[in-house]
Amino acid sequence: MLDVAKIRAEFPILSRKIRGRPLVYLDSAASAQRPRAVIDAISGYYEQHHSNVHRGVHTLSQEATDLFEGAREKVRRFLHAASTREVVFVRGTTEAINLVAQSWGSSQLGPGDEVLITWLEHHANIVPWQQACARTGATLRVIPIDRQGVVDQQAFREMLGPRTRMLAISHVSNALGTVLPVREMVAAARELGVTTLVDGAQGVPHGPVDVQALGCDFYCFSGHKLYGPTGIGVLYAREAVLAQMPPWQGGGDMILNVSFEGTTYNELPYRFEAGTPNIAGAVGLGAAIDWFGALDHAAVAGHEATLLAHATERLQQVPGLSLVGTAPGKASVVSFTIDGIHPHDLGTILDSEGVAIRTGHHCAMPVMKFFDLPATARASFAVYNTTTEVDALVDALGVAREMLG
Amino acid sequence: MMELRDLYRDVIVDHNRNPRNAGRLDPADHEAHGDNPLCGDQLDITLQMEGDIIRDIRHQGKGCAISTASASLMSEAVKGKSRQEVESLFEQVHAMLTQANGPMPTGLGKLAALAGVREFPARVKCASLCWHTLNAALAGRGRTISTE
Repeated sequence: MLDVAKIRAEFPILSRKIRGRPLVYLDSAASAQRPRAVIDAISGYYEQHHSNVHRGVHTLSQEATDLFEGAREKVRRFLHAASTREVVFVRGTTEAINLVAQSWGSSQLGPGDEVLITWLEHHANIVPWQQACARTGATLRVIPIDRQGVVDQQAFREMLGPRTRMLAISHVSNALGTVLPVREMVAAARELGVTTLVDGAQGVPHGPVDVQALGCDFYCFSGHKLYGPTGIGVLYAREAVLAQMPPWQGGGDMILNVSFEGTTYNELPYRFEAGTPNIAGAVGLGAAIDWFGALDHAAVAGHEATLLAHATERLQQVPGLSLVGTAPGKASVVSFTIDGIHPHDLGTILDSEGVAIRTGHHCAMPVMKFFDLPATARASFAVYNTTTEVDALVDALGVAREMLG
Repeated sequence: MMELRDLYRDVIVDHNRNPRNAGRLDPADHEAHGDNPLCGDQLDITLQMEGDIIRDIRHQGKGCAISTASASLMSEAVKGKSRQEVESLFEQVHAMLTQANGPMPTGLGKLAALAGVREFPARVKCASLCWHTLNAALAGRGRTISTE
């Protein structure tokens, strides 16, 4: 059993009141909150250790470098990567995918090649590939989903072929909570020599990931969905693939030697980290990984499953409510609509009851279009949520129905 | 602090449930399409003119209660008005929606029911989409406008 009361006490923001009511935060899939350990790690870094990294011989520069590289090692262990040379710090998942689509895409894609994504993707795993295809003459192909929000595996097998160069898929759908069979899909792609990228933004918050067991070439995630800071994220890239990629952004830290005649680039992973990085963000991410990693992950999974089951059961009793996305074994996310009440009105009314949910298209407009909806309301559950909070959500929906239904 | 009932006043709830002047005019002298990409709200405005006067107006779209009620209230308010009168009305409505500390408007009639929106900055664009779309229709820009 997860000691949720103890966990909640570690999150200062959870004692806030919103419009006079206790905060019920059900928007962790957009951005999770931070435990005290993460906040303290960031302040501690700025109060005691800050300087620029990888330069200078003074004490602070060495301390900052040690903390920054220490965080990289924590990420390596968290993902079970073979080496820290495979861990590139970026701003977040979006930047990670853009890096791959631009650097790998520009050197590996050409006319006739195909990039395969699914219908469930977040815009961050659609637009960079559209841009890469437009630049290189490659074609973007989309694996369909069914009404439950499950990716059609038969269609996937049929679409995967000799022209496929890249398979880029979500680990977990942000809009619907569908967990994709990434291991099987990656394995099928690898058999044909297809390069693979997994968007893990919604994957890592639900439990540790082993990139070597998964077998993908790229795995990306964001710090802020893992109880860490915003503005920091990770691109894991298999060394053999990363070593072949041309540098992306140019600048300081990514070079060994610069003259006007030419430049020698730095080794991995620094070749892909131009400019002063988000040092405090990396330190905060390291603290978040320490904090999250220390939880009992079987208990986390059990707790999230309990919340999801309770929410599903109670929401189905709300008159006029339809769940959107009902894939078996999905993550702790419920997307829904209520007849006659637009999601944005729901969002405003729930907020007045202290309940924070996400409303809108969730940066997944093709998913909305598939279900012929302009928007949905989405509640997402994290380690600090309780069944009492699920009940508060359902009660607040009653207020909305009374007012507008 | 603003109460929810100040946003969802009876007039708003009524116009959301039973929008006035809903639908499309065919033929129309002017029309425009409006999008609020943030919410996915969409709205079509069609107009029939008599010289400088809006003789008839219809609105049709997908949106929240604020956006639907605002379009319905607007359609009632602008029918029979000249371009210049509509322009002046839009300025007053815009001020009412956006100036959080400004004076409460007078002489706006039922449109004043939207005054509560100013306490909810995230919802201002819901209320103003119809006005921007009407402006585009009147200007003869029969194209898509966006609140972003």
